[in-house]
Amino acid sequence: MQNAELNSSGFKKKRKERIDRGIKVRSSDVFALSSWREMLYLSAPRLLPIVGLLILSIVLSQYWQRVLLSVSVFALLAISWDILAQSGMVSLGQALFFGTGAYLAGNMNHYWGWPPYVTLPLATIFGGLLCTLFLIPVLRLRGIYFSMVTLVLPLMLVRIIEATKIFGGTEGLSGLDSLPNRWVEIYLVITVLLAALFGFRRLMNSDYGLVLKGINDNDRSVMNAGINIYWFKTQALFIAAAIGAFAGAFVTHVYMFVGMPVYALDYSILPIAAAVVGGMGTLAGSMLGAFILVPLSELLRGTGGLRIVFYGLFLVIFTVAVPEGIFHYIQRKYHQFERWVEVK
Amino acid sequence: MIANTIIYGFVNSVILLLVALGFNLTFGISGVANFAYGALYIMGALLCWVFLNSLGLPYFIAVFLAVAGTAIAGALMYRFVLLRIRGLVLSEVIATFGIGLALLELFKYMGFVGFEYSLPVISDISIEIGMVVIDLQRIFIVFIGVMMAGFIWFFTHHTRTGLRFRGIAQEERTALSLGINTDRVAMLSVSFGGAYAAIAAIFILPLGTINVEQGYSVLINALAVCIVGGLGSTGGLVLASFLIGYGQTFTVTYLESHWVMLVPLIAILVILVIRPSGIFGKHKELEERI
Amino acid sequence: MGSSSLLNVSGLYKNFGGVQAIDDLNFEIAGGELLGMIGPNGSGKTTAVNLITGFVKPTEGEIRYRGKNITGWPPYKIVRIGIARTFQMVKPFYQLPAYKNMIIPLYSPRVKKIVGGKYGDRDAVALDLLEEVGFERDAFVAYKVASVLPQGYLKRLELAKAIALQPDLIILDELFSGLSLAEVASIVPIIEKLRQQGKTIIMIEHRLKELFRIADRIIALNFGQKIADGQATEVMDSQEVKNAYLGSE
Repeated sequence: MQNAELNSSGFKKKRKERIDRGIKVRSSDVFALSSWREMLYLSAPRLLPIVGLLILSIVLSQYWQRVLLSVSVFALLAISWDILAQSGMVSLGQALFFGTGAYLAGNMNHYWGWPPYVTLPLATIFGGLLCTLFLIPVLRLRGIYFSMVTLVLPLMLVRIIEATKIFGGTEGLSGLDSLPNRWVEIYLVITVLLAALFGFRRLMNSDYGLVLKGINDNDRSVMNAGINIYWFKTQALFIAAAIGAFAGAFVTHVYMFVGMPVYALDYSILPIAAAVVGGMGTLAGSMLGAFILVPLSELLRGTGGLRIVFYGLFLVIFTVAVPEGIFHYIQRKYHQFERWVEVK
Repeated sequence: MIANTIIYGFVNSVILLLVALGFNLTFGISGVANFAYGALYIMGALLCWVFLNSLGLPYFIAVFLAVAGTAIAGALMYRFVLLRIRGLVLSEVIATFGIGLALLELFKYMGFVGFEYSLPVISDISIEIGMVVIDLQRIFIVFIGVMMAGFIWFFTHHTRTGLRFRGIAQEERTALSLGINTDRVAMLSVSFGGAYAAIAAIFILPLGTINVEQGYSVLINALAVCIVGGLGSTGGLVLASFLIGYGQTFTVTYLESHWVMLVPLIAILVILVIRPSGIFGKHKELEERI
Repeated sequence: MGSSSLLNVSGLYKNFGGVQAIDDLNFEIAGGELLGMIGPNGSGKTTAVNLITGFVKPTEGEIRYRGKNITGWPPYKIVRIGIARTFQMVKPFYQLPAYKNMIIPLYSPRVKKIVGGKYGDRDAVALDLLEEVGFERDAFVAYKVASVLPQGYLKRLELAKAIALQPDLIILDELFSGLSLAEVASIVPIIEKLRQQGKTIIMIEHRLKELFRIADRIIALNFGQKIADGQATEVMDSQEVKNAYLGSE
């Protein structure tokens, strides 16, 4: 240790260094396939949600299975939010997509008697289309207009439904068809959730996703590259809206009811809180956030109104203090480690 | 009937305007997101109520303290939350939204619900204008509304601080290089916005009771007026509030009263199709950002 | 098809709320030319480019490309018929490596149409393109994150992004600004190569010496109007141009 510098208190100067773990480096290459350990390292994070969800769906009591359903629904909404956010659109009204899908499914079932296996796909597609069409005019403006309009629309729709009594008004439509049994319920939503998670994660990490993220970062530059940014934004919007609409339609058939509460603020706020807490920009983080917040809110059920107070506080605290979210933190720990090194 | 509609329509419009002014001041003019606006509105009213009823203070003192208190709340919100996430619009919106939410639900939880929570009117007298009977409170509201709107216009166009409000929204770096303490100006704008919310609440809510749910309606209406009128433009706000205000009044009088909520929605949809950035909106599309 | 000009700008006006940025601008450029556009700051050069490439809509006037009226077309459509431009202030995607920055232009529909089908490996094409603009392959410069690259490389990246779009007309907005003489000297061959490939180029520049060496023709702008059009020597001799840059008595 020649010429090691000493700081004023006589200790050798050190700094924190963060480097990739050995196993991460070894598995970042084709040679990963040559070792079980490396393959496990790579596949574990992907298998965890799949296996975890499957196990949970079996071992949980009926009450907690319902909670798992709720978690999955909110996870879908959070993933939908995240896709929009990565594309430069901040939605303050996931409830818009959720409620539209819910009402579409509910109405198709109530007035035309169509069964769930018809209403679910139709509500997903048309819910997505309808919401996208409503929001297309705002896509050309600064992002904040998108946020404002998505915030306002569901809140207004609630009041309109209440006042005009359409779609069942305050009482809503009840006595709707349910899904065959609770196993179908839980596996349907888990399958959709996992498909959405892995499928769209792949999409966002591909070149297509790069274009979307580019639009978020510097839309002028992407426009200059000969890409019609509004068409791309519309596509991202449709994907997110369809996911949200599915969630709404699904819930309608689980509870066999649809009413004004589907446009409630809860469905708008919790996905944002989940994404903020769990980690924006990686669909997995948003899902993680939902897995944390929904059971938490279940446990807090007794406190009634305070529930939303907590969401609000969570939003503020995490936005300000832990902006990267929990998932990024975990990801960092998984791939890298820190140590003190001397400053030479 | 017509005279009635015209007069009450005017009042309704000014109420909308009054409510939207504070939001526009902070967000449209200064560029600082404040989605806790609805909560500040209710807070102003509740503070006034507490000062009046629990502390037994005289009316004008209670009003003054309530407005000051809300202004301070706004400043604190800036100092402790917004300051750290300044410039990240997404975070600003989410964080202030979270605060607003937490506050409103907290008020509900604390039990500020019920008929006893109402603010007194300025006076019980009603007067007659032509064939129309109207209460003094409403006239007072109109008076206040016009004054506040006028004040904002004057403030942001002819006073140094007001011009700074606009400056920091347009180009913060330039403002900084001109010696403007952008953080202080932003904090002031959030405070002012809060004060405006409180003033609006204190004079409008006597028409009914203090209903915490109104916190959300206020945000909706403010947003609707700003979207239609164009963020940042006081003139646009005036026009938009009259459009929506009269639209609502006509709907109540000649159609059915429960279509009332449709009016702002239709206004938003129409404006999005024909002129997305609002009637006098300045924040247009790509063209403005080159 | 009337004239042989590739691009024809006639009677162009642009008013920005009181500021007449472009005031009756007329010029044309023939296929294969390298046209230099000069003028003092604020003369409207970048606005002219913005108008041609669709980022700003003109108040009045017409822009024709190969005889087709492209006035008021949005930027993505302009790119798709063969016009590409670089920006004066380069703003790459800073957190991405240089070659990833190229993916977005390579995703453009025009590129897919010309090359046909899907690029087998966009990454490989990106690396090739970057090598052609001087990103040394053996030093793996293309893999570096954009935020660590010096201005010279960022400018070349910007150029590469435009070239990736397979344009017939390239508009370079102050490509040489902020570069050292050596850096400029190393970029000039790349421009020469583009000319050999038959591309038409418009260059807005303040670095007049370097521009005059390679330009076929020069036009000078002042207050949104064309005040000179011809060979470098005649343009620089023009009294109006001298007044524009140095001011008159």
